[in-house]
Amino acid sequence: MPIPRRRCALFLLMGILGLGLLGRSGAEERPIVHITAKRFEYEPPVVKLKKGVPVTIELTALDRQHGFKVPQLGLRVDAWPGETTRVELIPDKSGTFEFVCDVFCGSGHEDMDGKIIVEE
Amino acid sequence: MLDDLDRRGFLKLAGLGAGVTFASGLGFKADPALAADSDFYFVQLTDTHWGFSGPKVNPEALNTLPKAVAAVNALATPPDFIVFTGDLTHTTDDPLERRKRMAQFKAIVGELKVKTIRYLAGEHDASLDKGEAFREFFGEMHYAFDHKGVHFIALDNVSDPGAKLGEAQLDWLKADLAKQKPEQSIVVLTHRPLFDLYPDWDWATQDGAKAIDLLMPYKNVAVLYGHIHQEHHKMTQHIAHHAATSLIFPQPAPGSQPKRTPPVEWDPAHPFRGLGFREIAAKAKVPAVTLAEVPLVKA
Ligand SMILES: [Cu+2]
Repeated sequence: MPIPRRRCALFLLMGILGLGLLGRSGAEERPIVHITAKRFEYEPPVVKLKKGVPVTIELTALDRQHGFKVPQLGLRVDAWPGETTRVELIPDKSGTFEFVCDVFCGSGHEDMDGKIIVEE
Repeated sequence: MLDDLDRRGFLKLAGLGAGVTFASGLGFKADPALAADSDFYFVQLTDTHWGFSGPKVNPEALNTLPKAVAAVNALATPPDFIVFTGDLTHTTDDPLERRKRMAQFKAIVGELKVKTIRYLAGEHDASLDKGEAFREFFGEMHYAFDHKGVHFIALDNVSDPGAKLGEAQLDWLKADLAKQKPEQSIVVLTHRPLFDLYPDWDWATQDGAKAIDLLMPYKNVAVLYGHIHQEHHKMTQHIAHHAATSLIFPQPAPGSQPKRTPPVEWDPAHPFRGLGFREIAAKAKVPAVTLAEVPLVKA
């Protein structure tokens, strides 16, 4: 299950604790995918992931609050200007999964979306 | 779903069956039977999106609202009151333009020959400034009132752009409901649906289930909303939810196309098709409400 986190400090603390516990198990090598939200698009609009490979998604917004919802992967978080929202994700199925903005951000909000492509 | 409603006998969807006739053009009248055997009736108009421009979906955008005002004024029996369930104006980033649109909207609906008009905000009116301009023009965003024995509750699920009622408003709702008897007829007015109609298209309220839970102990509850620009009926147990048609353009049926945009295109052969308003006959005793859908013009 993905775990949404608003506060990077909290995440960092947990990360440090995690590293302490895990030693050099490789947990720190989890790849990071940066996604930037702005009216009315995400950059990048297409994210490619590998099935079963854990990633950290880092979200930020440029102009105002946006949403990031991937219904088929059971994931939803907010993206805020000046903040980083981190979500851990281990894609457990392959396919193409659309993500959408679910925070009304203006005329054009309805068309704000992107795709996560999970390959085997 | 309609069977469900009929089986419960809670309300009859007059607009969907025989028995209600509409005159063509703007000369239609309220169903006399509807007005005659009800304690009172009111009119719901929604999603007028004043300021919207899109020739493909409504080349008559400037005429639609005045046309609806004229149609309501032509009703044989004037309604007790009128409610606008949100998206009175179309989104703009410019705070001055937003206020200009609200002022224009208010001037146009000021022509309605009905004294009491109740307003709710939609996300297009209120999400970008958290309802600041709306409050200046139309007052509070959530409120309750009583009319001839029916208790009305207007909820705001749009000034939070993430479509939340929020804990403060839910507490207010809880306190308001605590004053009502279980058999009280209650009509809830909202912009977005309170239930999960189609969350992928924002056709939901994030914490709407909490409001439905609070309403559940009350036996006679109907929720009237807008937002989805089409008629829709749904029961959550004994609570009935009804979406009304818009006055700007129809939207596709939930899930009928990959995205909610583009909306249904204007058909020159059937201008104003899918646009209209709704008459709601209400009684202090059950059945609480009876609906009649009124097309802006006969399809
Ligand atoms: Cu957005």
